[in-house]
Amino acid sequence: MKITFPHLGNTYICVKPLLDELNIDCIIPPFNNREALELGTRHAPECCCLPLKINIGNYLQAYKKGADTILMAGGCGPCRFGYYCELQREILEDMGIDMKIIVLEAPYGNVWELVRRIVKLTGAFNLPKIIWAFKNASRIAISVDKLEKLCFKIRPRELNKGETDGVYKKFRTEALSVKGFRGMEKHIAKTFDELNSIKMNKSIEPLKIGIVGEIYTTVDSNTNFNIEARLGNLGIQVDRSVTVSGWIVEHMIKKALPLPRDMEFAKAAYPYLGAMIGGHARETVGNTVLYAKNNYDGIIQIYPLTCMPEIVAESILPAVEKDYDIPVMTLIIDEMTGEAGYMTRVEAFADLLESRRNKNTGQKAGFDLTLRSGNI
Amino acid sequence: MNKRVGIPGGLYFYKFYPLWESFFNELGMEAVTSIPSCRKILDDGVNASNDEACLPVKMYHGHVIHLKDRVDMLFIPRLTSISKNEYICPKIGGLPDMIRHAIKNLPPVIDVEINLRDKEKSILEAVYKIARISGISKNKAKSAYSKALSDYRAFREKVKRGVLPTDILEKKIYPLPSKRIDTYKVLLLGHQYNIYDAGMNMNIIKKLKNKGVEVVTIDMSSSGELREYASTLNKKMFWNFGTLAIGMINKCIRENNIDGIVYVMTFGCGIDSFVCSMAERRIRKFSEIPFTVITLDEHTGEAGVDTRIEAFTDMISWRRADENNFSAPG
Ligand code: SF4
Ligand code: SF4
Repeated sequence: MKITFPHLGNTYICVKPLLDELNIDCIIPPFNNREALELGTRHAPECCCLPLKINIGNYLQAYKKGADTILMAGGCGPCRFGYYCELQREILEDMGIDMKIIVLEAPYGNVWELVRRIVKLTGAFNLPKIIWAFKNASRIAISVDKLEKLCFKIRPRELNKGETDGVYKKFRTEALSVKGFRGMEKHIAKTFDELNSIKMNKSIEPLKIGIVGEIYTTVDSNTNFNIEARLGNLGIQVDRSVTVSGWIVEHMIKKALPLPRDMEFAKAAYPYLGAMIGGHARETVGNTVLYAKNNYDGIIQIYPLTCMPEIVAESILPAVEKDYDIPVMTLIIDEMTGEAGYMTRVEAFADLLESRRNKNTGQKAGFDLTLRSGNI
Repeated sequence: MNKRVGIPGGLYFYKFYPLWESFFNELGMEAVTSIPSCRKILDDGVNASNDEACLPVKMYHGHVIHLKDRVDMLFIPRLTSISKNEYICPKIGGLPDMIRHAIKNLPPVIDVEINLRDKEKSILEAVYKIARISGISKNKAKSAYSKALSDYRAFREKVKRGVLPTDILEKKIYPLPSKRIDTYKVLLLGHQYNIYDAGMNMNIIKKLKNKGVEVVTIDMSSSGELREYASTLNKKMFWNFGTLAIGMINKCIRENNIDGIVYVMTFGCGIDSFVCSMAERRIRKFSEIPFTVITLDEHTGEAGVDTRIEAFTDMISWRRADENNFSAPG
């Protein structure tokens, strides 16, 4: 059995060592790329959401490299994600691709079914070891997210432009071949050291943008044209509350076990969106409110074309925009999105925020014009 | 004077109007609905709503605009789930929020959440909440609801006998479909509002009927039966419509008494993108039933729909003729 799994940002960095420790062979698909998207677009129904298409691309590319089994997460609605597994199974089947799919979920609270699937995956059922492995994997996910956030802070302040990007890119590529939890922890620690030794201009007070929206397109930098790094290199500090570790811990684990979840965003969203409607709509609305309260300069919402919960959120965001006087821009991504037009909109938005700040305070923000025109 | 409650004529109107109408009337209010969907309603809806919203949601905005100044309150429930373990659609769950932020100067909105996902009994909680909002006693509300429920069941029974819900909603009395030997039976599949809203789908039902087609819809089967048929799915679908649609497809394939299937979907509908694809895979793999998809959006032209239906009914008649040719010599 050779396992593969779909990409979602840095998820591979915690899933790979998890599988290593459970002695499961795995093949990580190539990072999300144009070809994966094209493969997915060709074989998935046209109106499906983008993540489903890229997933299909991931599977086909991993299949070519020898993978025969897919490991993925499930869900029970209302959004499409919970049914990805079935539609994808049928798409692959109709293509004549012989891959098994193991969905990690407890369907309608049926924990035994989950256990059965884990046994299928690990070949045996060693509960302490499995708990130990999942604990470690969540810990790694949390530190990778911390590392990402550190990059968000350093980028606008670094003295040698591009240094953070260099370290971060190397971190991601090297992580592909690191084995086990110990190895990955060392790799992460080393990267933290490298990031912390980057020289910064600490007096800069960068513009701050909060990124909200659908999880896949916000978390996966290969899908959103690297927006966080690009903004960082424009001298803007970004933040994103929805993370891979948050998804694993808050969404998957705490929902499965009856543990209290951190629902600050839901409280903040309540006056605007009164209920859970699926996907991350409540996070999108709630985090926009929280960012506004924390004096962010602007919000960028990103989502895949036809994403249902985010369309609801987008319809509501103008009210938050008005109540808190914070500009919100929405970027919608699909297979037709061109990088140039997309980046033009991002830059125009950054300009807008910059001039708003100048008007409001009369002070010049740390907004690096040289890099924007492309000559470092 | 009785309070007037507005029930916009879009989305779940086509499924639940008889229930809601009877409930509010029993409570001593007057249930009022908007005029049938038309260009004006659509244009108002398109202007008021988010560009990315789907056609039915835009149309619904238009219905609210048309109704809001003529009533004392609006009934826009938050339909999270109408059946155990199933949901409807994120956009329907977020509907009251979308409406409230898109349309100004609304009368009070009754936006109680109806969520039967975990407990089908929790419908009573919603009923009591409505009673509280309208200052009516719990007991009165409870008996109004049971009266409404029996009216709704009577409506469902008629539909199951083959009467189209729209014919009942429009208070028209059509005779039951006549059983002429040369009529075709076509399953019209899709969300209720897509198949029944004539102003939105360019009168698809009438067009089919004019071609001598007998139109069958999901509502004409009992949901229990369709769920049984859908139980072959590898994983239970968590959308109410999806489960019933796949059940209906399986039923048609098994019973083999349908001459064609038309799937009416809206452009950009997340649920349809999955359900239609899974339906099509089953039809093509396990049957020879002719199948076509008509996709609606605000730019859909009548001519396009006409051509589609024309081509489809032609295809069915050719196939019929072929079959007869084959069987004749035998
Ligand atoms: S949240 Fe959006 S992108 Fe994700 S499954 Fe739902 S509709 Fe698709
Ligand atoms: S089910 Fe489809 S058509 Fe209906 S509201 Fe949701 S997205 Fe729109």
